Amino acid sequence: MQRTGSRWHIAVFLAPAVLVYTAVMIFPLFNTLRLALYSRIDQERVFVGLENFKTLFGEAVWSEQFWNALGNNFWFFVIHMLVQNPIGIALAAILSQPRLRFAALYRSAIFIPTILSFVIVGFAWKLILSPIWGIAPSMLDAVGLKSLFAPWLGKEAYALTTLALVSVWQFVGIPMMLIYAALLSIPEEILEVGEVDGITGWSAFWKIKLPLILPSIGIISILTFVANFNAFDLIYATQGALAGPNYSTDILGTLMYRTFFGFQLQLGDPHMGSAIASAMFAIILIGVCIYLFGIQTRLRRYQL
Amino acid sequence: MTTQTQRTNIASAVLMHGALILYTLIALFPVFVILINSFKKRKSIFNDPLSLPNADTFSLIGYETVLKQGQFFSYFQNSMIVTVVSLFFILLFGAMAAYALSEYRFRGNRWMALYLALGIMIPIRIGTVAILELMVSTGLVNTLTALILVYVAQGLPLAVFILSEFMNQVSDDLKNAARVDGLSEYRIFLSIVLPLVRPAMATVAVFNMIPIWNDLWFPLILAPAEATKTLTLGSQVFIGQYVTNWNAVLSALSMAILPVLILYVIFSRQLIRGITSGAVK
Repeated sequence: MQRTGSRWHIAVFLAPAVLVYTAVMIFPLFNTLRLALYSRIDQERVFVGLENFKTLFGEAVWSEQFWNALGNNFWFFVIHMLVQNPIGIALAAILSQPRLRFAALYRSAIFIPTILSFVIVGFAWKLILSPIWGIAPSMLDAVGLKSLFAPWLGKEAYALTTLALVSVWQFVGIPMMLIYAALLSIPEEILEVGEVDGITGWSAFWKIKLPLILPSIGIISILTFVANFNAFDLIYATQGALAGPNYSTDILGTLMYRTFFGFQLQLGDPHMGSAIASAMFAIILIGVCIYLFGIQTRLRRYQL
Repeated sequence: MTTQTQRTNIASAVLMHGALILYTLIALFPVFVILINSFKKRKSIFNDPLSLPNADTFSLIGYETVLKQGQFFSYFQNSMIVTVVSLFFILLFGAMAAYALSEYRFRGNRWMALYLALGIMIPIRIGTVAILELMVSTGLVNTLTALILVYVAQGLPLAVFILSEFMNQVSDDLKNAARVDGLSEYRIFLSIVLPLVRPAMATVAVFNMIPIWNDLWFPLILAPAEATKTLTLGSQVFIGQYVTNWNAVLSALSMAILPVLILYVIFSRQLIRGITSGAVK
C-alpha cells in the first residue's frame, strides 16, 4: 500500500547510523591502511609504496620488535585458550546442572571481574603480587609454598604469563556465560533419549552435550582471538608503554601505541604505526576467515 | 540402591559447590582485599592486609588525599556524559537502521546489512591513526564529542544486528493496521515498534555500557586533557603519580570500582539475561 509512495523514510532511517559508522569507523580503517603506504620526508607526506613494510620486516630494529610482539601475542592467546576457556566451560557445566542451589548467585559473583576496567584489574593484581605488600608471599607461606614466590611481574620469564593469567581471571565470565546459555538450550528430549541408553551424569556431558555446544566454543575462540590480538589496556596499565621488563610483555597493541605515539626520546611515527595497524588488521582478518570458512561451516552440521 | 544413588548425589553436590565456592573466592578476593584496605591506616595495610578495618585501624586518609588531589568528580562526570550520550545515540541510530533493514525491501538491503555487520568482528582500534587525524582536522581532539562519536560508531554494528533480529519478530499485522489508520512510518517506528523491542534495547545498552565506561585506549589518545579525562584514564594517571602512597592508590581503586559495582548490581539481571538469551549468537 504505502510501498508505492515516497520511500524517503528508508533513507532517513538509515542515514544517521550509516553516516557515523562510515565516517568514524570504515573510512578511518581504510585511511589507516592507506597511510601505511606514505612516509613523512622533509615535513611532507610522500607516497612510498611498501617501504614501511620493508622497514618493519627487513630492518632488525623493527622486525625484532615486531616478531617479539607477535610471538608474545600468540602466547597470550594460547594461555587464554588453554586456561580461560576450559575453566569457563567447566564452570558452565556445573552451573547448568538442574536443581543446583545458589546458581544465580555464583554466576553473578564470578562475572564481577569481567565488568571491572583493565586499569582496576591491573593495579589490583600488581598490588597483590607485589613483594612489598606481601599478600601473595604470605598466602603461599600459609600453604607451605613460600619458596615458589617470585616478583612475577618483574621477571622477564614470568611477566607475560602472569599478565595473561590476570586477563584470564578477568574474562572467565564470558565463556562461562555463553557456554551456560548453549547448555541450557539443549532440548530435554535429547538428554532423555540418552538416559534411556544409560548415558547420564558426566558421560552425558562428554558424549552428548559437548558435541552440541561445539559451535559456541567456536564463537568463544574467535572472540578470544580478536580480543587478544587487539589487547592493550592491561599491559599498558601494569607495565607502561614500554611493556617491560625488557619488552617481555610487549604485544601488538602496545607496539602500535609506542610507534604511533612515541615514547621517551623516540618521536611518534603515524606511518609506521599505520603499518603495524595494517599487520594487525591482516592477522585479525586471517583469524576471522579461518573461523568463518574453516571452522564454522564444519560445525554447522551438529547444530540443531 | 536408592541410598547408594543418594549418597553419590550428595557427594557430587558437595564437589560441585566446593568447586564453585573456590572459584567465587578467587574471583572476589582481589576486589575484597582492595576495598577493605582502602579504609585502613598505612601501618595496618602492611602489617595485616587480610583483616577487616576496626576502630583502631580505620582511616579515611586515602580518600581525603584522592578527593583533595584528584579531579575525581570531574572524571566521573565525564565518564557519565560519554557513556550516557553514546548509549542514547547507539540505541536511537541503531534502532532506526535496524528498522529500515528489517521492515522495508529495497535494493541493496542485504549489502547494507552486511556492510553494517562488518564492524562486529573488526575492532575500531585498528583505525586509530586515521581517527586521530580526523579528530585533529575537525578540531575535536580533547572534547567528549570525539569519544562519543567513536563509541557510537563502535557500538552500532552489534546494535543493528541484535535489534533487527528482534524487529523481524514484531507482527506485520500491527504495523499494517497502523498504516490503514494513516499513521506515518515515523510514528509507527516510534510508538509501535520501539516499545515492543525495549528488552532488546536494554540488552544492547548493557552490552555497550561496560566497554565504554572502562575504555582506556581512546580517552588516552583522543581526550587526555585534564578537563576531558574519563574516570578510567583519570585513575590510571592518578595511580601512576601516587604509586608510593598506598592509602591513596587503594582509595582511588575503590572509587573506580564502586560505580561499576553499583551499576552491575542494578543491571546484572538484564546483562545475564541478555547474554544467555543468545543475543550474541
